[in-house]
Amino acid sequence: RMAEDVKEESVASNDESDRAASDGSLSNTMLTEGSCLLRRMEICVAEAEKRSGKNAVSMQETYTVYLVETRPMDAIAEGRNPPPDSLWRRYSEFELLRNYLIVTYPYIVVPPLPEKRAEFVWHKLSADNMDPDFVERRRIGLENFLLRVASHPVLSNNEMLYQFLTKEHGWKEMVYETGFQTKADSRLRALSATFRVRNYNSFSLLQRVADRLYAVYKVHGNYGRVFSEWSAIEKEMGDGLQSAGHHMDAYAASVDDILEEEEHYADQLKEYLSYAEALRAVCRKHELSQFELEMASQDLISKKQQREELATGIVHTFSLKGMTNKLFGQEAPEQREAKLNLLEELIAEGEETVKEKTAECDEHAEKAWADIVRFKDQKDKDLKEAFINYALMQISMCKKGIQVWSNAKECFLKM
Amino acid sequence: KKLGIVMSGAKVPADISGHMLDLDEEEDLEVFSKGNPMPNSPDSMVNQFRLDEENEEEQQGAINKDIFVTVDNPESHISAIETFITYRVVTRTTRSEFDSSKYEVRRRYQDFLWLKSRLEENYPTLIVHPLPEKFVMKSMVERFNDDFIETRRKALHRFLNRITEHPILSCSHHFKVFLTEEELAPLRKLGPGFLSRMSETMRAMANSVRGLRSKLEEFAIMQEYVDDFSNNMCSVDKVTHRITKEHREYMDELKQYGPTYFHWAESEELLAEPLKGVGSCVEKCSKETEEQIQYLSEVLVPTLHEYVLCADTLKAVMRRRDNIQAEFEAKNEALASKTTDKEMEVDDLADRVEQANNALRGDWSRWRTSMRADLKSAFISTAAKNVDYYEKVSLTYWFLFRLRKEAT
Repeated sequence: RMAEDVKEESVASNDESDRAASDGSLSNTMLTEGSCLLRRMEICVAEAEKRSGKNAVSMQETYTVYLVETRPMDAIAEGRNPPPDSLWRRYSEFELLRNYLIVTYPYIVVPPLPEKRAEFVWHKLSADNMDPDFVERRRIGLENFLLRVASHPVLSNNEMLYQFLTKEHGWKEMVYETGFQTKADSRLRALSATFRVRNYNSFSLLQRVADRLYAVYKVHGNYGRVFSEWSAIEKEMGDGLQSAGHHMDAYAASVDDILEEEEHYADQLKEYLSYAEALRAVCRKHELSQFELEMASQDLISKKQQREELATGIVHTFSLKGMTNKLFGQEAPEQREAKLNLLEELIAEGEETVKEKTAECDEHAEKAWADIVRFKDQKDKDLKEAFINYALMQISMCKKGIQVWSNAKECFLKM
Repeated sequence: KKLGIVMSGAKVPADISGHMLDLDEEEDLEVFSKGNPMPNSPDSMVNQFRLDEENEEEQQGAINKDIFVTVDNPESHISAIETFITYRVVTRTTRSEFDSSKYEVRRRYQDFLWLKSRLEENYPTLIVHPLPEKFVMKSMVERFNDDFIETRRKALHRFLNRITEHPILSCSHHFKVFLTEEELAPLRKLGPGFLSRMSETMRAMANSVRGLRSKLEEFAIMQEYVDDFSNNMCSVDKVTHRITKEHREYMDELKQYGPTYFHWAESEELLAEPLKGVGSCVEKCSKETEEQIQYLSEVLVPTLHEYVLCADTLKAVMRRRDNIQAEFEAKNEALASKTTDKEMEVDDLADRVEQANNALRGDWSRWRTSMRADLKSAFISTAAKNVDYYEKVSLTYWFLFRLRKEAT
């Protein structure tokens, strides 16, 4: 289902880019670089399996691997049904891919990964990464990640992404060899790490609501037991009580399905929140490079000023050097000459730097803006869909409730 | 003194034990002696309330029709010594033994206690509907808290109405006094109520040492039922309280959850409307849950609570019946072993046992019927309320769904 939506979306984004081009405000080529990967290749995360092995420090560990399957689109279109190519990937490899993409495309809102640790587990005694429900939710999240990346007009062309999907062994080494980590700005990573989103509340409170709802349903199960005991001593009321009790048991049991659906909705909210955080990171990066540009400009201005002072002998700004010069006389003409030359060099370099940084800023600003627009539209569409489904889910839950209590009422009438 | 009166050979009227005593204490003999509607023989008494289940409805209806009692209008009274609440008790009746057709008196909780103990004394094996408890320690509810007073008022109303529906109890002299006398306090203070209770307890203690010779199987079965019923009622009551508590906690969370959507909507453009939509739905859901909790607290919880108290009443009734039998057996044995020659006394006690058993048998089926009706009705209406809750919540989300579908 996700694949179809995404395919539609990638078609739509091409339309968008055409529209944008007619406005004249955005570059056409940037958005339609190559045809996106998902058009050429069907991708899914089919299965999950437990593995054990020795880790980097030779300690035994258990971990989960996910089966990434790909099939060429043209073969499918032609009606042939080739078996998929597949390889196994760990969560850490997905993480590596994402970090690589974030660094390589600093102005793109990179789709989020599902959570690393089972923090938000519903009604389980412990947050266990091995829990089958958690693994399943993660599998879905990883698939969504790949589909979104592979349908992104820019990200989908990345070579490391392609290799991730096709080259089982040696992929990690290949990524490290790109040296992307040196480009990564540690300050930015630190900024991104602070996950303070005010919209987080809906998500975390949803979980608490779900916990309470669970308790309400389960407690009704006690009626089942108690009515059954009571029915044993009643002649006339016995049957009615007994069957009402069965309906109470059914009512209590029905909450598990309800919560599974609420969990799905919560995952969607969470995905949006992660996306929003990625967006914030992009904006911060832009601010940072603006800042760097300003620094470079200021530096250039001050150097130019120094040259002027040196050339004309007029000191406009107070400086200790200036004072000492005044007191102890200026330096020799040869020294001044040397200084001036050096300054000219530095100024020339500075001007180059400013030019480069300005171009960089402008280019990245355009790219970022385009991606932000794309992201917002995607997000709005996804969430509207999520809310509709949430409403449908609530209606379905209510229908079940009506059914159970109507049945119980019938039983009570027979008492 | 009590024994003396019985020995004099006076025919014991339908209410089995110390009824005669009341004659001595009651100053208003006239009120009492004016056309006692109670039958004189135990047989006709039994006939009166051995109801056929099929005719029960109309017979109950027939009994109900001629006396109506309401309890309302609580007021607090402050005196130097104490503060207490009184309730207005209004009686409308066409019964001939009442002088007027309408009475209005004010009664406090102690007055109700008095009435109950009198009824239990006079009709030891009839089942009197329980009174609300003195105060509920565990919930630390203040005695003069509005909710507490209202809950109590309703229970007192039910207590009196159960009596009016009872063919024997509604004819009780004390009941009439309770409904009609301006001042009950002087009457309350008099009376062997306390003393006879004391002696009854002492007799019970003495008899329990010996144990009953033989218990009719029907009463043994009844005892077993009473014990099981008591356990079951306590369980149902506990579960219902737990459910109410969980509903409350759910509602509290909903109240916090809903506003987050409105908050979120503030920072959105296109999503603002759908977000506010979801927020409104959650708000509606929490309002409906609040109503649901209210309903449970006003209908199901009090009904179950009363039947928990009923179970205790039944146990007391069984005990009293056993005591009456034990007393007879003790005297009978004494007669047999020639330690006494009070044959007449033993005969009277034997009669007492017979009457006590018959009274209980008759009232037992009556009680079972009304218990079934009460609990059935409470559960039915709770189930109906729950259906109603889900229908309302479903409708709210349906509107959201429609709105959102149209918008896309």
